[in-house]
Amino acid sequence: MAEGTLNPAEESARIAVERPPLVAPGRTMGWISDYVSSIVEAQTPRWWWVAISITGTLLLVLIACTTYLVATGVGVWGNNHPVGWAWDITNFVFWIGIGHAGTLISAILFLTRQKWRTSINRAAEAMTLFAVICAAIYPTMHVGRVWMSWFLIPVPNANGIWQNFRSPLMWDAFAVLTYFLVSVLFWYTGLIPDLATLRDRATTRVRKFFYGILALGWRGGNRQWRHYEMAYLLLAGLSTPLVLSVHSVVSFDFAASVIPGWHTTIFPPYFVAGAIFGGFAMVLTILIPARAVYRPLGDLITVSHIDKMCKVLLFTGSIVGYAYLMELFMAWYSGNPFERATFWYRATGPYWWAYALMVLCNVAVPQLLWFRFFRTHVIWVFVIAMFANVGMWFERFVIVATSLTRDFLPSSWGMFHPTWVDVAMFAGTFGLFGTLFLLFIRFLPMICMFEVKAVAPSANSHQGGNP
Amino acid sequence: MDTAGNTASPMYGVGAEFASAADLLRVAKEIRAAGYESFDVFSPFPIHGMDKAVQFRRSPLGRIVFIGGLTGFLTAMALQYIPSAVIYPLILHGKPFGFFAIPAYFPILFETTVLFSAFTAFIGLLMIIGLPRFNHPLFNWERFKGVSADGFFAVIESRDPKFAPAEAAEFLASLGGSNVTIIHED
Repeated sequence: MAEGTLNPAEESARIAVERPPLVAPGRTMGWISDYVSSIVEAQTPRWWWVAISITGTLLLVLIACTTYLVATGVGVWGNNHPVGWAWDITNFVFWIGIGHAGTLISAILFLTRQKWRTSINRAAEAMTLFAVICAAIYPTMHVGRVWMSWFLIPVPNANGIWQNFRSPLMWDAFAVLTYFLVSVLFWYTGLIPDLATLRDRATTRVRKFFYGILALGWRGGNRQWRHYEMAYLLLAGLSTPLVLSVHSVVSFDFAASVIPGWHTTIFPPYFVAGAIFGGFAMVLTILIPARAVYRPLGDLITVSHIDKMCKVLLFTGSIVGYAYLMELFMAWYSGNPFERATFWYRATGPYWWAYALMVLCNVAVPQLLWFRFFRTHVIWVFVIAMFANVGMWFERFVIVATSLTRDFLPSSWGMFHPTWVDVAMFAGTFGLFGTLFLLFIRFLPMICMFEVKAVAPSANSHQGGNP
Repeated sequence: MDTAGNTASPMYGVGAEFASAADLLRVAKEIRAAGYESFDVFSPFPIHGMDKAVQFRRSPLGRIVFIGGLTGFLTAMALQYIPSAVIYPLILHGKPFGFFAIPAYFPILFETTVLFSAFTAFIGLLMIIGLPRFNHPLFNWERFKGVSADGFFAVIESRDPKFAPAEAAEFLASLGGSNVTIIHED
């Protein structure tokens, strides 16, 4: 279109389709660097010490319980026969699922050119790493002899034995390890230019050294940016199928078995949707308090961002709801008496309350997000996200425990009761997660500065055109 | 004319500061049009359209990562097939093993391919852009620290056959550059 002014009709049409700005007006590039870096550079605020003392205490609880468990045996958990997988695997799937939203935001939304991801991807990716660390504790402990867990890694050993590569548990070990390592690389690659910003602003010797080493000597020339963008694109392209595969492989742990309620083909997509749902809920759970503590972040993580995340939450929550209905329908339609009995038992048996809570939290409550009011009022969003967090944990519990408490033979029916170690370890993983996240916001930029600058209005290199 | 670094050491190039991303894009095109080859433009974020303006070749990283991924794929194939079929066949539940179990190898094939590709992408990136490198002539230039906040810079390097310090400095100033500086290597 020729340079020049639009006529009034075109102008009003342009305003009608214009999107809300991703960075509040009047916030320049310099301000973005100054503010985001100041979070790292300023004196440690009091709330941070309070928060880390709480999470640190929980982390100590986790360490103590883990030590107790390794010293005593897995029997300190409530796991029994027939419920060999209980809270441990529930928590494993729960934490891995939380990690998935980070990769979705950073990789899939990057490939689909959703520019609003820039403000939230750094924190979400950090959350991914910490969630995967929390998740990895459980299977490691669950093997019983923790000092033997290296047997999962296919290396030649003195016993001359090799792993069974047809086992879903083996696939799982590969998937989770790969997911963690690739997420670390992706996260660190994204950090390099921002670490250079902190390096250039550093005043103390320690900071200069620390950020100087981490930034690797980044200069920000076009020769570097060109390859950097390519590498980032490739890592995003690799992470996208990876994130979908990891939770699919996690679901194979169940789907490849013969237990009624587990042996279903819907599991991979259902698990992935559930993971993204739970993960976005956790991203909101973390970012909303962060916005409240650091008020100016509201100009970078705007209400529009929260609104968009709520739409994802609504969408994935509805997919999860569809999957619940489909499971019930297939149980009836398959004509398999065991499958029917399992689902009947889930909804009406002694664990009916867990099933009801799961449906309420994951399907019913998120439907409120159809209304703009609930999407744009941060308090409500926070409440709904908390519901989703609770609901996703119960979803995993329902899948893991109810199928095991009743399988084919009445002789292998039983109930599961958690012990104090189960509860304390689960609380402890929140301590680990929280501690790592607090350290992250204290020492590393929690907003991806260079990407936000690139979407700031002042960054447009084609003046007069659309960004 | 400002100088940066030790003036006794050899000259690295001439740099200047510009006001905005749009400005830098224009400047890059001009420097290219003036016939310079060894120059670079520095910005806090990747500028849309800059690659075309500077006329660099496409990044070779994609091809390198493909080779890395292929290595990962073949590694996983060997790692799974040789033990399962030759060294240590596990016959469980009467299920097929070795060659006929190939479908069951797919998850690990995929994960290992991704793992090798990602490491290749990361290490390849560092090798191509010459990092880690903790000292560089540009770090002698005090104003250059602004590049990671909101500064836009263009530097014409002395290794360019067309390079003459006074001429390059004048040229950058004529394009609207401020704080034109001669940068030395040490």
